[in-house]
Amino acid sequence: MDILSLLLVFPVITALGILVAKKDKVVRWTALSGSIVQLFLAIGITAYYVSLRNAGETGQMLLESSYEWFAPLQIYFSAAVDGISLVMILMTAMVVVAGILVSWKIGKQVKEFFFLILLLSLSAYGFFISTNLFVMFFFLELAVIPKYLLIGVWGSGRKDYSAMKLALMLMFGSALVFIGILGLFYFTGAQTWDFQEIAKMHIPIETQRILYILLFTGFGVFTAMFPFHTWAPDGHSSAPTAASMFLAGISMKLGGYGCLRVATYLLPDAAQELSWIFIITASIAIIYGAFATMMQKDLKYMNAYSSVSHCGFVILGIAMLTKAAVTGAVMQMVSHGIMTALFFASIGMIYDRAHTRQADELGGMLKQMPFIGSAFIISGLCSLGLPGFSGFVSEMTVFVGSWERTGVFYRVATILACASIVVTAVYILRAVGFAIWGTVTNKEYLKFKDATWSERSAAVLLTLGILIIGLAPFLFIHLIDADTTSIVSRFIAVVGK
Amino acid sequence: MDIVLMFRFEIILAALILAIFIMSLRGFDTNVKCFLNTMNVLLLLNFIAGWLPLSEGSYFSDFFRTNGLIVLQKNIINLGLLLISLTSYAWLEQSKYRLEFYLLMLGSIFGVYVMLSSGHILMLYLGLEMSTIPIAAMSNFNLKEQRSSEAGIKLILSSAFSTGIMLFGISLLYGAVGNLSFASVIANLHPNVLTLFAFAFILAGFAFKMSIVPFHLWTADVYEGSPIAVTNFLSVISKGSVIFVFLTVLYSLFGGLKEAWLLGISIVSILSMTVGNLFALRQQNAKRFLAFSSIAQVGFVLVGITAASTIGSASVVYFVLIYLLSNIAAFGVISAVADSTGSESLQSFKGLYKSNPFYALIMAVALFSLAGVPPIAGFFGKLFLLTAGMKSGLYVLLGFAGVNLVLSLYNYLRVVKYMFIDENEAHLAPLNRNRQLTTALYICLIGLIAIGFVTPIYQYIDSLCRF
Repeated sequence: MDILSLLLVFPVITALGILVAKKDKVVRWTALSGSIVQLFLAIGITAYYVSLRNAGETGQMLLESSYEWFAPLQIYFSAAVDGISLVMILMTAMVVVAGILVSWKIGKQVKEFFFLILLLSLSAYGFFISTNLFVMFFFLELAVIPKYLLIGVWGSGRKDYSAMKLALMLMFGSALVFIGILGLFYFTGAQTWDFQEIAKMHIPIETQRILYILLFTGFGVFTAMFPFHTWAPDGHSSAPTAASMFLAGISMKLGGYGCLRVATYLLPDAAQELSWIFIITASIAIIYGAFATMMQKDLKYMNAYSSVSHCGFVILGIAMLTKAAVTGAVMQMVSHGIMTALFFASIGMIYDRAHTRQADELGGMLKQMPFIGSAFIISGLCSLGLPGFSGFVSEMTVFVGSWERTGVFYRVATILACASIVVTAVYILRAVGFAIWGTVTNKEYLKFKDATWSERSAAVLLTLGILIIGLAPFLFIHLIDADTTSIVSRFIAVVGK
Repeated sequence: MDIVLMFRFEIILAALILAIFIMSLRGFDTNVKCFLNTMNVLLLLNFIAGWLPLSEGSYFSDFFRTNGLIVLQKNIINLGLLLISLTSYAWLEQSKYRLEFYLLMLGSIFGVYVMLSSGHILMLYLGLEMSTIPIAAMSNFNLKEQRSSEAGIKLILSSAFSTGIMLFGISLLYGAVGNLSFASVIANLHPNVLTLFAFAFILAGFAFKMSIVPFHLWTADVYEGSPIAVTNFLSVISKGSVIFVFLTVLYSLFGGLKEAWLLGISIVSILSMTVGNLFALRQQNAKRFLAFSSIAQVGFVLVGITAASTIGSASVVYFVLIYLLSNIAAFGVISAVADSTGSESLQSFKGLYKSNPFYALIMAVALFSLAGVPPIAGFFGKLFLLTAGMKSGLYVLLGFAGVNLVLSLYNYLRVVKYMFIDENEAHLAPLNRNRQLTTALYICLIGLIAIGFVTPIYQYIDSLCRF
């Protein structure tokens, strides 16, 4: 058994362990220990990968392995990683551990809840490591139903509506993706799903155009790309805390990763020609998301709309096609994944105690619950791009990269995107002001206790992630540098940077 | 010995039918439990015997032929037969007509075998008729219920109508070709007005049997009116076997008219998927719901059929196997719920997970399989059909298939929502579980989870289709 397959074997073992466990306590500990093992495994794989690179390995993806699945249809379970997939895996592992920690107190159908969370993590790992497009698609779809059930059974508010909307829109996105990868399969001549093989082929531009639109839009639905973003606010706000963390933190990144790895990387000519479409939708998403956030009173809706805006940066970075922008997009994916998970976690903690998420009904949380309040502030500051936190580094990189594209169109898009920062600052500071600072408005709130050990560990873990990227971005860039270079080298002819 | 082996499906079945007659003479069937268990054991033996090795060949100047693929198809039918017998245990236990049920079911299966093995259109026609008429009698089993009689009448009339159309098509074909054996039809078929008309009429006949839109009008009423066991048989065995035959008819018999039928098949495929899914949206009766779902599923099968190649037939056979397991599981749960609540309404599934997690989980797996959600086998089945369909390059068809994937997901999730999310005001007590039904459901469950991962199954089907 090779080391990458372990990434899939552990969640399966943990999930089976959860199924046979009888007591809720055992279920929780099984889930937690399983996910921690997974985190260490992810770190181990990264270390191994770095050591291989340092030893002079030059292959584009390393640690390759391949098992037969449906051989007559060219479906092989092939896995390999490069720097980009590794940072995604690390991010996933962190968010999963944190998600399990903050769900510690869930009392309703505990076994099912953790089983579904584990299934979600399995799907994310599988998606990031597979190099066979069909298998990637399998893992992309695998997550849809667990999300539906998590929101429908454990959610709050208009959960039925949100869960159904999310499932249908994501299914629509994946239908587009599937038709797109079918196209790749048949039009490459060799009839293969292996994307490293497809990357070597020359696909006629007419075909590329159609497939690029299909694939980018399909994956874009997962990233909540405008105008397919409407599932995100409803879904995020109705979901239970851990599921929101997963949805915004990891699930939206599946889409971003797909846009980069499949749509843009495999269809470079069409990307050069048509990426302006997605620059427009991304700019709209950034500005629209930011203004929509400003109008929200519900903290979860606020964070959900701000996710639409922040994931707009991911799309923008990818569509700009310069090296710095693509690097920024990858960083933004990871940064947003961790930051938004922390945000949802702290909102969840506040909601657990106050039973309201309306910013104007809260107040004085910092006084009463200094730890939770601080976690909220940290994620807020990261979200508005304060230097020292991951948000600053990644957004800056996207802006710098976008500015490298000359031409009025690109400049306008960049300026619009930059302008959203101001709006972000407004809503973040306002939320912090209403909910966290000030005096305690409601006498009930004086009874609140600060974070439990599990909530503390989750917040510390995520904060650590934010700070590492924020303070030492070079570690991160070192890991993904070779891979963004190889992706961008496919466009150099046109873009010139 | 070879001959015996080659005809073993038919011989065993004839022996079974004879055995039932002898049992009835001896009054054995009044001993209910013993009789039903014996039947189940016999059907299990029948299923196992299907896997004996055998040589390929044809007899009676090609009227009867057999090869690996046909044997596999018969084995799939045998599996369905066994599972249906197991799932209907509770119903048969209190029904007066258990003996007749088995007799008619086996008679119908005999027709299916004849149809699958036919190398001549006359045999094909005889088999098709033989397999349909007993079902019409079966769907009338709830003699006191008006809707059951209505179902029987509807089935017999519509099948007579479709047969008439088909016979007309066959006679036109005879006029064009001069001989009705498959070999000579394939050799002498040229695209001209006469053969196109012949094809269209024969297609219409098949479309009735498979309930392809616009020939689907009988389906929902007959499904609703028949006892659940019979509905199950209709939706799985009857439909599955006609799909198998349809593959042969299109690919080899009318292979020469491919250009013409590609367009026709794609149009009825789009219609079936869309109409099936749209009508399923508003159904509250579980059987009507599955009736429209089965219409939509046939639409998906047609997408795979348009490939007209190895991958097309492999994916269709693979899908039918998965569809058989999913539908039998779904009908099994419906019969369990209906037996205790007396209602076939989808509303009675509300809160099922709280009171009966076992049934709710099986139903969810079956529905997810029908919807094509991973990691359940239906996911692979559906995607392979689409993969095959892409080969023919009909992008509009694929676009419709994509939209219908979303629509059908909504339909199936609606039922999942009832079971897992909604609360039931009338508390549903834990249902009795009889051993036979549980066994059948477990077989379906294991099959549905394993088929996607035990890939030799697909490889085996694929190798049989490459001849």
